[in-house]
Amino acid sequence: MSDQFLHVDPILCVGHGLCAEMLPEMIALDDWGFPIISPDPIPRHLSKQSGRARAACPALALRLDRTPDRRAQALHAKNAPHR
Amino acid sequence: MTAVAAMPVREFDQPQGGPGPLRLLAGPRRGAPERWEEHCDRLGGPVAELMAHLGPKRMIEVVRRAGLTGRGGGGFPVADKLVAVMSHGPKRVVVANGSETEPAASKDNLLLTIRPHMVLDGLEVVAATVGAEAVALVVPGEPAGRTIARALSERKARGNGYPEVTVVLSSRDFVAGEETAVIRWLDGGPARPRSQPPRPVEKGWKGRPTLVQNVETLAHLGLIARFGADWFRTAGTAAEAGTILVTLSGAFERPGVYEVPLGQPLDIVFSVAAPNPAADSLLMGGYFGSWVRMADLGGVPLSRAGLAPFGATPGAGVMHLLPHGTCGLREAHRIAEWLSGQSAQQCGPCVRGLPSLAGALSVLADPTADQTGVRTMLRRWCAQIEGRGACRHPDGLVNLIRSTIDSFSSELELHAAGRCSGGSISRIPLPSRQSSPR
Repeated sequence: MSDQFLHVDPILCVGHGLCAEMLPEMIALDDWGFPIISPDPIPRHLSKQSGRARAACPALALRLDRTPDRRAQALHAKNAPHR
Repeated sequence: MTAVAAMPVREFDQPQGGPGPLRLLAGPRRGAPERWEEHCDRLGGPVAELMAHLGPKRMIEVVRRAGLTGRGGGGFPVADKLVAVMSHGPKRVVVANGSETEPAASKDNLLLTIRPHMVLDGLEVVAATVGAEAVALVVPGEPAGRTIARALSERKARGNGYPEVTVVLSSRDFVAGEETAVIRWLDGGPARPRSQPPRPVEKGWKGRPTLVQNVETLAHLGLIARFGADWFRTAGTAAEAGTILVTLSGAFERPGVYEVPLGQPLDIVFSVAAPNPAADSLLMGGYFGSWVRMADLGGVPLSRAGLAPFGATPGAGVMHLLPHGTCGLREAHRIAEWLSGQSAQQCGPCVRGLPSLAGALSVLADPTADQTGVRTMLRRWCAQIEGRGACRHPDGLVNLIRSTIDSFSSELELHAAGRCSGGSISRIPLPSRQSSPR
């Protein structure tokens, strides 16, 4: 595990979907094409790919951060069976 | 502290047939707003003198011991918010939030209109506590705005002019009452939420550390400054202290705003407003809320703890009793369409997801439609949407939809069989869409 987490700014994101293509291990698309980000820490072997996905976002909505998204973590645990 | 402790705890008026001792709504309910002299006769002199005795640190300690939580719906401890804003540097500012954009709520408006000085007392206390360099008060409309303006000039005329308060009319869009939306509105932008972080306590109005408090919360705080933490805790439960304003609407003979102690059994809360005995479904906590059955609520305390087993919270005290013979699915669908239209149109899961949710609910609400797979689809979409907006607007509709599916299962079966129990026309208040001037 690295010590980094993925975040998306939902206002900046317009749903290009490149991130999910480049990083399917961490990012899925919802039924409308907007990214659902894994709240887990980025595994080491995906560090480089994560950086590329962030750089590729045309809306500059994807972000790497040392702090996890606590709300997303709680919801992920609760809703996992539906995803 | 001694000055505060020495002040006598007053006997507050008992309401006519009411549920307990009133604090915010003691005294005459109707007529003109309370004037400065009446306010001081009833409660004592300016709170500034009390603040001079206490100082910020002890004031925060009193608020913490009182256990006051935000009355805007979130229920966040006020002392924690005060500490948070003070930890983020100097040049702090304060915003009193009376936007009250929930259509079924009217308690903040009532308080600002008949008890302006109680709100201003609390505002003065928090402004002094955090050493605010600027203070704004957002009002839901007129006559509240004029009432507050006059109350402010009364205080100024008596040499009690701190703090200088900017009074601003709120935008009437539903999301406009959210903290960051209020801040953008005050900064001259659209009344729409922004992404967090930074949180308002770090960087808010004018780019400064900002304390945003609901106006009812402030009125309670003004009384705590006068009468102390122990007095405040004489109402409510050990975990949830004080009283709360509730707005009761729908199938009540006497709908309106009532003040009740937290923890009071809900059947007693409702009895004051005379609910129609045939009505059974109540929307608890406003349009983001959850359906509960009146038959289940006997002896259940009005509190977060009391309502948790029902998947509900008191929220901002908004409760709507569905009239007997009204179809809950159709009502929920009307609310869902309205909430979908009130999206700030910023985040994809809200812009695209909410119309999908409302559309699917319209199928369940229509007994002539094919309902196959719709519930499964709704649950999938709820799980996908929840937690993915910049604000909690999409989460609110998700909560309402989940509760609707869970609570109206027999009505869902009726609809699947092509029938509907409802016939009467709804009275859930939904204003026509107004857009903000910016």
